[in-house]
Amino acid sequence: MREKKLRFIITFHTTTDAMAFEKHCLAAGLPGRLIPVPTSITAGCGMSWMADPADRAALEEAIKKDALKVDALYEVVH
Amino acid sequence: MIYLDNAATTYHKPQTVIDAVVSAMQGMGNSSRGSHSGALKAARTVYDARCKAAALFGCADPSRVIFTANSTEALNIAISGLFTAGDHIISTDLEHNSVLRPLYRLQAEEGISLDFVRADKQGCVDYGDFERLIRPETKAIVCNHASNLTGNMLDLARIGAICKVYGLLLVVDASQTAGCVPIDMEKMGISVLCFTGHKGLYGPQGTGGLCIAEGVEIRPFKVGGSGVQSFSKTQPVQYPTRLEAGTLNGHGIAGLAAAFDFISETGVEAIHAKEIALMRRFYEGVKDVDGVTVYGDFSTDERAAIVALNIKDYESGEVSDELSETYGIATRPGAHCAPRMHEALGTVEQGAVRFSFSYFNRSEEVDAAVAAVKEIAE
Repeated sequence: MREKKLRFIITFHTTTDAMAFEKHCLAAGLPGRLIPVPTSITAGCGMSWMADPADRAALEEAIKKDALKVDALYEVVH
Repeated sequence: MIYLDNAATTYHKPQTVIDAVVSAMQGMGNSSRGSHSGALKAARTVYDARCKAAALFGCADPSRVIFTANSTEALNIAISGLFTAGDHIISTDLEHNSVLRPLYRLQAEEGISLDFVRADKQGCVDYGDFERLIRPETKAIVCNHASNLTGNMLDLARIGAICKVYGLLLVVDASQTAGCVPIDMEKMGISVLCFTGHKGLYGPQGTGGLCIAEGVEIRPFKVGGSGVQSFSKTQPVQYPTRLEAGTLNGHGIAGLAAAFDFISETGVEAIHAKEIALMRRFYEGVKDVDGVTVYGDFSTDERAAIVALNIKDYESGEVSDELSETYGIATRPGAHCAPRMHEALGTVEQGAVRFSFSYFNRSEEVDAAVAAVKEIAE
């Protein structure tokens, strides 16, 4: 297994919101990728966006500026 | 075979649609079920289709595009999820059973009340009737964009304006017009647009959906697997997951996405113009033939490319069978699931033979159909 380290995680209410987020990030050159939601955040299924905590500010700014639909933001060891 | 039954389903599909379905079946996982490459390919494909549907129909938010198996399922979701006991709904004589039966069921089981705007012998409505039927408890107008029997089109912008004045929802069955007639939900004031993928959009059977305007809340018709919020005992409230329990038809939706591309690249106006030209060629060829009765209003090109007719007092099924067996021409006879429309036209007993045209028909096929009608009428 890969070594665990601190990650910036964004969760979504729906897969559609995750897809819209991914599309936006790819177009804007924002870092990260979709992964299954870590169980330390919530049990069950669903997708989340994982990025380096160093990229948090850029991602948060995009969420605010472009009104991207997200559920919550976390920093967890994953 | 000369295929003139495109109001039932379009027979000739763009090769890109076929290729997209095959490609999806060769390498696509399940949308919203994990984040491996196959699942993500499916999720991206479905999201891409949502965006394309939203763009085509003027739906502001792609997450308010819900995929279903067809228009009937979309209409059932909308009608069963919007209305409750005591509501009054206005519909029209032009409707297909996909609108009528969900309404009749709510009338019988939930106590909603119904009124219908009547159609005359040409299948036309008096728009003043919509306003005359409005009562304090009226909740919505539910109607199609074009009759699947006559091809007559309703002026949705005019009906939408009435709905706006009286604060009503407008639920539209666009089965005969999605893809071949311009539709803009915002401009027309449509609250819920129900469409099928396999007719004018030239997509696969088993695809369709509904587009929901901002502020319109529909209770789930079914609940179940969603791929998100799995420990919640209730269906997620967010669209589209709220109304999409269970695995989507991802392979079909991949084809539908390609179909949306075909429509946008070809142009809805260009498709409509070609289909109407074929319809006019046929109509002009048969309308004055002795023994032929054509139904519907042909005074305008704002209509679907459909010509319904009868020959003398022949059973419509007999004529359709003769067209198929002797001439190799595919048409649809009978009642077309449109009982009130046949009552208005006076064709309950005889039914009618429906010729319906697609972008892929050719003028020589139309001419062969005209010649066949003339011969049968001799």
